[in-house]
Amino acid sequence: MMNLVLDPEPKVSVPRMAPIQMNDVQTDSKISVRDFDFFYGPLKVLHGISLEIPARKVTALIGPSGCGKSTFIRSINRMNDIIPEARATGAIVIDGRDVYAGDTDVVELRRKVGMVFQKSNPFPKSIYDNVAYGLRIGGMRNKRQLDELIERSLTRAALWHEVKDRLHASALALSGGQQQRLCIARALAVDPEIVLMDEPASALDPIATSKIEELIYELKDNYTIVIVTHNMQQAARVSDRTAFFMLGRLVEYAETNEIFTKPKEKMTEDYVTGRFG
Amino acid sequence: MRRSSDDRKFRLGTGVFAALVLLIVIGIAVELTRQSTLSIAKFGLKFWTTSIWNPVSGDFGALPFIWGTLYSSILALLIATPIALGIAIFISELSPGKLRQPLAYLTDLLAAIPSIVYGLWGVFVLVPFVRKLEVVTPGALKTIPLFQGPPLGVGMLAAALILAVMVIPFTSSVAREILKNVPSAQREAAYALGATRWEAIKVAIGFGKSGIIGAVMLGFGRALGETIAVTMVIGNSPQVSASLFKPQYTMAAVIANEFTEAADELYLHALIEIGLLLFIITVGVNMISRLLIWSMKRRVAAPVITPIVPAEEALA
Amino acid sequence: MTANLRRRKLFSRLFEVLCALAVVIALIPLTMILFYVIKEGAGALNWDFFTKMPKPVGESGGGMANAIVGTLILISIAALFAVPVGGICGVHLAEYPSTKFSSVVRFAADVLNGVPSIVVGIFAYGLVVLPVKRFSALAGGVALGFLMIPIVVRTTEELLRLVPGGLREGALALGATRGRAVFGVIVPAALPGILTGILVALARVAGETAPLLFTALNNRFWSTNLTQPIASLTVQVYTYAQSPYDDWHRQAWAGAFLLVMMILALSIAARVAVRRLERMNRP
Repeated sequence: MMNLVLDPEPKVSVPRMAPIQMNDVQTDSKISVRDFDFFYGPLKVLHGISLEIPARKVTALIGPSGCGKSTFIRSINRMNDIIPEARATGAIVIDGRDVYAGDTDVVELRRKVGMVFQKSNPFPKSIYDNVAYGLRIGGMRNKRQLDELIERSLTRAALWHEVKDRLHASALALSGGQQQRLCIARALAVDPEIVLMDEPASALDPIATSKIEELIYELKDNYTIVIVTHNMQQAARVSDRTAFFMLGRLVEYAETNEIFTKPKEKMTEDYVTGRFG
Repeated sequence: MRRSSDDRKFRLGTGVFAALVLLIVIGIAVELTRQSTLSIAKFGLKFWTTSIWNPVSGDFGALPFIWGTLYSSILALLIATPIALGIAIFISELSPGKLRQPLAYLTDLLAAIPSIVYGLWGVFVLVPFVRKLEVVTPGALKTIPLFQGPPLGVGMLAAALILAVMVIPFTSSVAREILKNVPSAQREAAYALGATRWEAIKVAIGFGKSGIIGAVMLGFGRALGETIAVTMVIGNSPQVSASLFKPQYTMAAVIANEFTEAADELYLHALIEIGLLLFIITVGVNMISRLLIWSMKRRVAAPVITPIVPAEEALA
Repeated sequence: MTANLRRRKLFSRLFEVLCALAVVIALIPLTMILFYVIKEGAGALNWDFFTKMPKPVGESGGGMANAIVGTLILISIAALFAVPVGGICGVHLAEYPSTKFSSVVRFAADVLNGVPSIVVGIFAYGLVVLPVKRFSALAGGVALGFLMIPIVVRTTEELLRLVPGGLREGALALGATRGRAVFGVIVPAALPGILTGILVALARVAGETAPLLFTALNNRFWSTNLTQPIASLTVQVYTYAQSPYDDWHRQAWAGAFLLVMMILALSIAARVAVRRLERMNRP
């Protein structure tokens, strides 16, 4: 996961970070990242990341292993806070408020920004209790309310029909793909505005993967989605915007089909055509 | 598969010693039973329900000792478990990395102190302290059966306290291991859903639930079998009483105190029968606890240490 | 921040504090015991303690020379019997880890580990005392040996399994018999760790009292005869502690101090050895 093999002195020349060229009309930015640096102790792993992530679209983060895309996505909901010696400078602004400002409540932030992980991690409880978890810690006790929201979340995660007759069965009895959709339902239950996905399908077989991809496509009507993927075809299929990371820097960020058909930077072109990575 | 004779000799040779260990355990069970036949024959099941313990007349009933053992151990468990779990949680989840090792080492040190040293401290420090407690207990409270009794210092409370201290490091170190084995992905899932620190810890505890119960039971088994420290502070008086302040007796303590004084065979057999029960109970509790801990470890995909299994043996 | 959130955060903080408190509470008895042992015991420790015999009842002075030697003799007997049995059993478990027999033996060792020491004492009584109708140092040593066995078995097995398999294959390829390969190559490779485990087991049984009460009994006089009762530090402290004489209480503390120091020294040595081993085995 954190295999950041970063070279503090990149031998490949990376273009000086001028303001990123956005190749189209700006839609409303849901997440505005400004000059964001991230450090593990003395090691700088993200360098001056700046980009605008639009609302209700899918933004994909691609790049070779260790380029920082996972670190970056985890910075958005401050999951990196858990790691000791993690430090950040710069700003990540969501709905006008800087997530790294001193008065930010991290717990509240994470209800607004949900996350799905690379390997599904359902709790060893029933399907129902998994989805209900976020709601319950938020204080919801009313059974009817819970039932409704759980049904809604499972439906939105395209899992309802498969599990509606066994909501109280153990979540661990589901297949890998189903577990991941359960984790998505769990994240959706608390009604976030943004859903972060860190390689959500990389541990799944092709059929399960395509189900997840369909799901992502449907979800973007209601949620802003940022997805990390090492699978370029997936990024091309699923996303509206793509950001290419390399060695902790943002190299290029544009509409997806532009990144893949006429990228502006040579490095981007090399990566998407498979010359390295 | 070719199995050379030298291999077979090795296997047999070492196997004999392994069998010896097995024999020892079986031997204990057999010997305990053999050496208590007189008592079993004479008293049968009444042994466990009678309170009379009269070596002179030859009437033996083990109820006071069972009572004392269970009471002191359960009480000790009630005191020790929250503290032990708190320590385990603190060390594995809350403490800054640098403190972890030294704290773990310190709590493990508690486990290394021999029983007799606990007993000594118990007699000269704890018992006077408890006596003072008993003296200042308001008279009104003293009417409740729980607090009745002369302020001797020795008694159930002192025993439970000393047992609690001895049990804490056992439960805490096993619980720590369990928590360490809970995959961090579980906690991350909770945090990502907006959980507070404590809520995420609760998720980890929930995952390791059976293992933690196993840790608690391990401590229980320890308390049940503790002899010296208990006998030095419990007062050694065979009576069934709910009071914390009255002196009482435990199974292990009566064996320790009266074994060499058992003048006739029946007396000895009665004591050994108590030992048999103690054996059965502690082995049972230990087995359940290991089962729980093992079932929990199985839930987590165990990291694979390359087994040193030569090709021939793998096919054996 | 909503009221619900504020409450949850408060709760979280509260529990964190409680857990820290638990650590403090546990450290209190530890420091108290160490404090008392050092305060009462170190002062009472003198040359006499190590060299003199116990004085007759009521007289003050004297020492625990016989008890100290007794404990050393007892743990030697225990080691003599537990190390080969436990060690070779551990070897078997490490070499044949997945057979049904091994599972049963491993289970038995775990069971033995949980048997209260006084029950093991009864077993040793039946085995060694009863047939000859005599209490003896041998019986005490055997009882302690039984207590040591599960620790030795577990340590040996774990450490042998950590030795890289290539070593055995290499030895076998050179034509060594299984026995030679294991005892000549693998066991020596794991030996430092195994020895440490044995030291830890010795420390544990040196502090045992209950099983000695009716096997080795006690002995007011100097004796190194294995077929006679023998004094031991633990039983002596036990006897003195329950007596009404202040001087004996003083000596009991001294004995306790000696025990604790010995165990502390062994446990620190074990830790240092383990750390050095880890450093050695790291590539």
